[in-house]
Amino acid sequence: MTDPGAGLGGPALLELRDVGKDFGSVIALDGISTTVRAGEVTCVLGDNGAGKSTLIKILAGVHRPDRGQVLLDGQPVSFSAPRDALDAGIATVYQDLAMIPLMAIWRNFFLGAEPTRGRGPFRRFDSARAKEVTRRELLAMGIDIRDPDQPVGTLSGGERQSVAIARAVHFGARVLILDEPTSALGVKQAGIVLRYIAQARDRGVGVVFITHNPHHAHPVGDRFLLLGRGRSLGDFAKGEVSVEEITRLMAGGAELAELTTELERPLPQKDGS
Amino acid sequence: MVIFTFFALQSSVFRSLSGVANWLDPASTLGIMAVAVALLMIGGHFDLSAGVMTGTTALTVGIVATEFGQHIWVAIAAALVVALAIGFLNGWLVTRTGLPSFIITLGTFLMLQGLNLGLTKLFTGTVSAGGIASAGGYGSAEWVFASRLEVAGVEFRVAILWWVLFTALATWVLLRTRFGNWVFATGGDEVAARNVGVPARRTTITLFMTTAAAAWFVGTTLAVRLTSVQANTGIGQELIYIVAAVIGGCLLTGGFGSAVGASLGALIFGMTQLGIVYLRWDADWFYFFLGVMLLLAVLANRLVRRYAEAARR
Repeated sequence: MTDPGAGLGGPALLELRDVGKDFGSVIALDGISTTVRAGEVTCVLGDNGAGKSTLIKILAGVHRPDRGQVLLDGQPVSFSAPRDALDAGIATVYQDLAMIPLMAIWRNFFLGAEPTRGRGPFRRFDSARAKEVTRRELLAMGIDIRDPDQPVGTLSGGERQSVAIARAVHFGARVLILDEPTSALGVKQAGIVLRYIAQARDRGVGVVFITHNPHHAHPVGDRFLLLGRGRSLGDFAKGEVSVEEITRLMAGGAELAELTTELERPLPQKDGS
Repeated sequence: MVIFTFFALQSSVFRSLSGVANWLDPASTLGIMAVAVALLMIGGHFDLSAGVMTGTTALTVGIVATEFGQHIWVAIAAALVVALAIGFLNGWLVTRTGLPSFIITLGTFLMLQGLNLGLTKLFTGTVSAGGIASAGGYGSAEWVFASRLEVAGVEFRVAILWWVLFTALATWVLLRTRFGNWVFATGGDEVAARNVGVPARRTTITLFMTTAAAAWFVGTTLAVRLTSVQANTGIGQELIYIVAAVIGGCLLTGGFGSAVGASLGALIFGMTQLGIVYLRWDADWFYFFLGVMLLLAVLANRLVRRYAEAARR
């Protein structure tokens, strides 16, 4: 799975072609195209209501697109349930993390995919192996946890995200979709998570990083898809676009300029008084 | 342990071996139920019909064995089928509707209470089903459910042995199997659990059926032991099970608790119930004591959990 050489410009792992989705008469998404390559980070940027959540749900198999195609390894795919997407190697780390705060880290790590030992009525959760693998996988991602027995609830927000990412990578995710992993975090915690996103990328995973923060997206992103009101505002490769341009496009250029002047007005008055 | 020391110091009967056998008896049938209810609570649900279900199963055993003249084991099997069906119905309704299990099982609780009375009257003409001892095969059923084991010259009820077995089994399932992991996850955060592929609905239904099976076991024990069952058997017990589980450390919100804890809760309950009698105190005070213990237990659990979480930060 891991192939460091498959970096920039490799074949597309996941491709969207003119994907659209309607909810009743509301067009939630229309004409969205982008690519995700192994060992690259594709950032999906957009303000609230831009269609980011709908896009995730299409990729994760929660919704089916009404228009366009989703291609995995160049083959059109259609997921009817999240399980299908997961089996195809597309793992989604949701904002609410899919982790149980009161349960130990190793129990969370293997939740739903517990390794077992023995057979028949004596089939049991192989806890020794689960703890061992958890510690090893987290260490491989550069996450140093004190004790895999501690409840997830005692971890910081950034650590929790990191454990969720490590879990997805361990279970063979080829495409990792991260839903706003940095939005609820402070500057330092967000930095930690960005580092783990880079780690996952370096291990050959194609990452889809959904965020509304251009400053988080720009340092790790290889490709930027900008969404606004369900439509694509542009699909750029790294270097084609700057943080300022992304910010301007996301907020809808003219609106932001207007806002800037509006907010700046009180300043001279203050100086004058 | 404090409670044991307290009563043991006050009463010599309490600390004698026959005294122990005496207070272990109510603790055992309660304990079997408390363990099952604890599993359900860890899984994030309540079962208010658990108490009355012991009555339903006991009455089923009685009526099928006497009114229909069936072999006792046929009656016991019929009661198991009834119990599992009720448990399935509880679980199915809860998972289908997404309504709080509190309300759903309150409904089944009231329905069963009515059915117990109505059907018993219909079949026996009275408000009890008796004469179970005359059913075919009673001897073997008595051996399994209601025999006594002699240890050091004192007779212990076999239910105590079953209780210990069920506690050990439940502990093993909770901590050492995939299903146990799913129980904690379903109770901790059902949506998150489902997102990572835990069959939350199946887990919940299984837990309700487990509680029903425990009610069947206790109901059968009552029927075989007493040979005559009142139609109001078990009513009011459902809250005692929950109290025992909470005293044993189960969180009302689910996702945390243990089978051993629930057993200890049942033990404390049994000790208090008979300890008060041995001290020749008025038994009316029993519920007051129970309430105090419940409050203390909840406060203590909260403190311990806070301390544990703070210490690890």
